[in-house]
Amino acid sequence: MTAMTQPAQPPATSSLAMIRTLGVVATVCGVLLVLTYQNTLEAIEANKLIALQRAVFKVIPGAASMQAYYVSPAGLVEASGPPPPGGMKFIAARDAAGNLKGLAAEAGAMGYADMVRVLYAYDPAGQVINGYGVVSHRETPGIGDKIITDPRFLDNFRALDARLNDAGTALVNAIKGVKHGARQNAWEIDAISGATVTSRAVAKGINDSAGKLLPLLRPHIEKLKEAP
Amino acid sequence: MIPGREQPTNLQEFLEGLWQQNPVFVMVLGLCPALAVTVSAVNALAMGAATTFVLLGSALLVSLLRNFIPREVRIATYILIIATFVTIVDYLIAAISLTVYEALGPFIQLIVVNCMILGRAEAHSSKNPPLRALTNALGMGLGFSLGLLALGSVRELFGSGSLFGIALFGADFQPWVVMLLPPGGFFVLGAWLLLFNWWRTRSPATLKPAEVQGHG
Amino acid sequence: MADASLSQIFLATVLANNFVLAMFLGLCPFIGVSGRLNTALPMGAATTFVMLVASLCAYGLNYLVTVFGLEFLRLISYIVVIASAVQLVEMVLKKYSPTLFRALGIFLPLITTNCAILGVALFQTAREYSFIQALVFAIGAGVGFTLALVLMAGLRERLNLAIVPNVVQGAALSLMLAGLLSLAFMGFAGLGMGG
Repeated sequence: MTAMTQPAQPPATSSLAMIRTLGVVATVCGVLLVLTYQNTLEAIEANKLIALQRAVFKVIPGAASMQAYYVSPAGLVEASGPPPPGGMKFIAARDAAGNLKGLAAEAGAMGYADMVRVLYAYDPAGQVINGYGVVSHRETPGIGDKIITDPRFLDNFRALDARLNDAGTALVNAIKGVKHGARQNAWEIDAISGATVTSRAVAKGINDSAGKLLPLLRPHIEKLKEAP
Repeated sequence: MIPGREQPTNLQEFLEGLWQQNPVFVMVLGLCPALAVTVSAVNALAMGAATTFVLLGSALLVSLLRNFIPREVRIATYILIIATFVTIVDYLIAAISLTVYEALGPFIQLIVVNCMILGRAEAHSSKNPPLRALTNALGMGLGFSLGLLALGSVRELFGSGSLFGIALFGADFQPWVVMLLPPGGFFVLGAWLLLFNWWRTRSPATLKPAEVQGHG
Repeated sequence: MADASLSQIFLATVLANNFVLAMFLGLCPFIGVSGRLNTALPMGAATTFVMLVASLCAYGLNYLVTVFGLEFLRLISYIVVIASAVQLVEMVLKKYSPTLFRALGIFLPLITTNCAILGVALFQTAREYSFIQALVFAIGAGVGFTLALVLMAGLRERLNLAIVPNVVQGAALSLMLAGLLSLAFMGFAGLGMGG
C-alpha cells in the first residue's frame, strides 16, 4: 500500500480497499476486545459478588452465607444467567446453622440526580422490612446522601410494615414517603428534612420492588425456611 | 510531515499537549467529563488516567495503521479504534475498583465522544510515527488530567473541606455544597479560564492570543 | 426497575435534570454554537432528531447485544449508529434546506461527538427504560437541550451590546452564564417526582 502523500488530486480509493481496511481494523479491535473481556470477566464478577455480600451481611446481621434466587410465576430457581420472564431476583441469607435469617432484594427509583439503588431486608415471619442499605446513588453530598447515615431515617426501617393482603396479590398498604415528622403509620417513611426527593425515591423504590416481589415470594416462603 | 520545516523535538511534542494546547484550559475540549466527575480530586485523577489510556492506545494504533487507512474512511476507523479502547478501559476499571467505577459511572463510556481524542488522531497520530504520536498523546493526556485535577481539587476543597479524602478543615467547616453541584462546576471552570486568560494577557510573548472558542 | 410515568420522565428531563445544565452533557456545542439565536433553534432541532433516532436504535441494539451475550460490543454499536444517523441528517438537510446546511456549517458533523446523544443512549440503557419511556426520555432530552441553547443564545446576544472585560470574554463568560442558568434550573428540583 502506498503512503498517503499530498498530491494535487489524490486518487480515489477503490471500494475494495476501503472494505479491506475496515475489515482489518475491525478484526484487530475485535480481538483486543474479546481478550480484555475474557480476562477481566472473573475479576469483575468477583468484585460484584464481594460488594453484594458485604451489603447483604450489613442489612441482615447474623448472616453467614447467602444464595441468590429468581422467583417468577413459574417457580423458584437458583440465580444463574438471565432471569426468567416476569422473574425477580432476591437473596436468601442464612446463619451458620443454616436457618433462614432473612431475604434481601434490590430496589431503585429516580432520585434528585440519578437512580438511587438500595438493598432492603425482609423478614417473612413478621412480614416487615427490617434492614436497609444504600447500594449506589448520585445524590448531593451532605444533603441527599444523608439517607445512608441519618439515624432518624434509618429508624424507619426497623419494622416497616410490608404485609400482604389475604389474597397475596399486593401490599395491604403502599409504602410511601411522608414529610419529615409526619409519619403516623408503620408503612410510612419519614423523609429527611431538606432531602425529600431522595427520601421519597427510597420509599418509591422499595414500594415498587416489594409490591412485585412479595406476592411472587409468598408461595415459596415455607420451602425457603427449610435448610438447604 | 511538511518538508523543509524543522521537526519539533520529542520534548516539544510532550509540552505542546501539556501547556500550549492544554485541552481543558486552552482548547476548552472534553468539557462533559471535566465538569461531571470532578467533584473530588481522586475522581478527577481516575478520569484523567482513563482518558490518557484511551489517548495512548488510540494514538498508537492509528499511528501504526496510518499508511493503511484510506482518506475516505479515516473518521470511521478512528471512531472504531477509540470506541474499542474505551470499552477496554471500562472493563479494566470495573475489574480494578468497583468503587471508582461506580463513581465515574456512564462518563467512562462517554470518553469516546471526547473531541480531543478524535482531534488528536486526525491532526497528529495519522501523520506521525508511533513514538512521536505516543509522546504527544501522553502530553495531551497529562494536560487533560492536570486540568481535571485543578477543577476537582478546588471543588472538593470548598465543597467537602477535604483533599484526596483527607479532611483539611475542622469539624465546624461549613462546606459550600454548591461546589459539588452542577452550578459549582461551571463557576469553578469559568474562574480557572478567567485566571488563565488574565495570565496570558500579562505575558503575550510566549503564547498565542487567547482564542478560546469551544468546538465539538 | 424504572416505574416513572411518562410525564414525570419528560418534565424531569427537560427541567429538573436538564441535560446541559444539570447533567453536563452536550456542553461543547452549547458553548460553541449558542452565540446566535437563529442558529440555536435549528441546531437544537437537529440534535433532538438525532437523539430520537439514536434512542430507537439503542433500544434495539441493546436487546440484540444482550440476547447474543455480546455486551462488549454495545458501546461500539451505539457510536456507529449515531455517526450514521448524523450522516443521514446531513444529507437530508443538504438536499432540502441548503441555507440551513450552510448556516450550521461545521457544527452539523460535530453532533456525532456531542456527548448528549450518546448520553441519551447510555442513560436509557442504565435506567432500563421501556421503549416508550426511552422515546419520551429522548424527546425530553432534546427539548431540554434546545431550551438551554436558546436561553444561552439570547443571553449572549444581549451581552454583545454590553461592555465586558477582556479577560472574561469567550468561554469563561459562557461558563459563568451557564453556572447562573444551572443555579436557576435547580429551582425545578423535584418537579415531576409526584407522590
